[in-house]
Amino acid sequence: MIETNKILSFLNEQFPDTVLSTETQYDMDVIHLKSESVTDIIQALKNHPGFSFEYLTTMCGIHYPDKKQMAIMYQLHSLSNNSRLRLKVFLPDDQPSIKSLTPVFRAANWMEREAYDFYGIHFEGHPDLRRILNVENMIAHPMRKEFPLEDQIRSDKDDKMFGR
Amino acid sequence: MSTTTDHKPGIKKPTLVDKPDGLEGTGFFATSLSKVVGLARKNSIWPLPFATSCCGIEFMATMAAHYDLGRFGSERLSFSPRQADLLMVMGTIAKKMGPVLRQVYEQMAEPRWVLSVGACASSGGIFDTYSVLQGIDRIIPVDVYVPGCPPRPEQIIDGILNIQHLVETESLRRRDSAEYKAMLNQYGIE
Repeated sequence: MIETNKILSFLNEQFPDTVLSTETQYDMDVIHLKSESVTDIIQALKNHPGFSFEYLTTMCGIHYPDKKQMAIMYQLHSLSNNSRLRLKVFLPDDQPSIKSLTPVFRAANWMEREAYDFYGIHFEGHPDLRRILNVENMIAHPMRKEFPLEDQIRSDKDDKMFGR
Repeated sequence: MSTTTDHKPGIKKPTLVDKPDGLEGTGFFATSLSKVVGLARKNSIWPLPFATSCCGIEFMATMAAHYDLGRFGSERLSFSPRQADLLMVMGTIAKKMGPVLRQVYEQMAEPRWVLSVGACASSGGIFDTYSVLQGIDRIIPVDVYVPGCPPRPEQIIDGILNIQHLVETESLRRRDSAEYKAMLNQYGIE
């Protein structure tokens, strides 16, 4: 296990003024970062001989409509230290854009495509940023909260029949 | 196929299908060709199972020994659309699966029929969401709908019997009619 304080002091030393806050969710430490240098930070955590976070477990988009924010969550795993870490960056939900993590982790390719597909987050420098799960001709990004849940072309859900 | 019990008491003996209406005498039987063709087609439908979810499991029960669709002349499934007569769509069709289903339908030779099994295939079912096609009749024409979520094998058999009724009574020239072509054109199918 790597103590989060060690990671925080390393980040404050190498990347001053990038850590916004920290919290603990479900026994897992989460570090909130500024969005500008997140790829450099992940690169540094990967290459650091003491930490060696060499595995990107997952990453995803999150929409916070009340704050008008879009978040990206990165979950790193240090196999050699048996330690996990979660990083979170926040972007405005109007045309969110961030540097792609694919130069650091090739596994980020499809995950970023998924985040683009469902949340419309643009990843600068992604080699092939197109939809991965939804139909190609879809216009909307369906996991954004303003997207209506029910299919608008459905015609059989008549209030007269269902008493809603 | 009907069964009689008069052969031996207590033992059901399968018999041939009932003959169509016609003129009968010693050594001859006369009826119209369309009735003979309808009779033959009705009792030798080759279904193409397009099973994507739980309705497909019910279909497996329908095909298996207990319910045995073979009793209705449909034990031979065609896993190629070229030889299939009946497209059985069983399960949720995602919007990404839509073009695949449409291509399968287009590859089938006339005459062809479509059975939509279950709520999802018929209307989208509970999956009222952006990723699911809200009923296969938005992309291909459907002959018979089987309701249920999922329908029991008896209901699927009932749907097959309704298809058989269509197959038996349909005019042999219906597929050449302007009405039929207009219906296909409505779906953008040549």
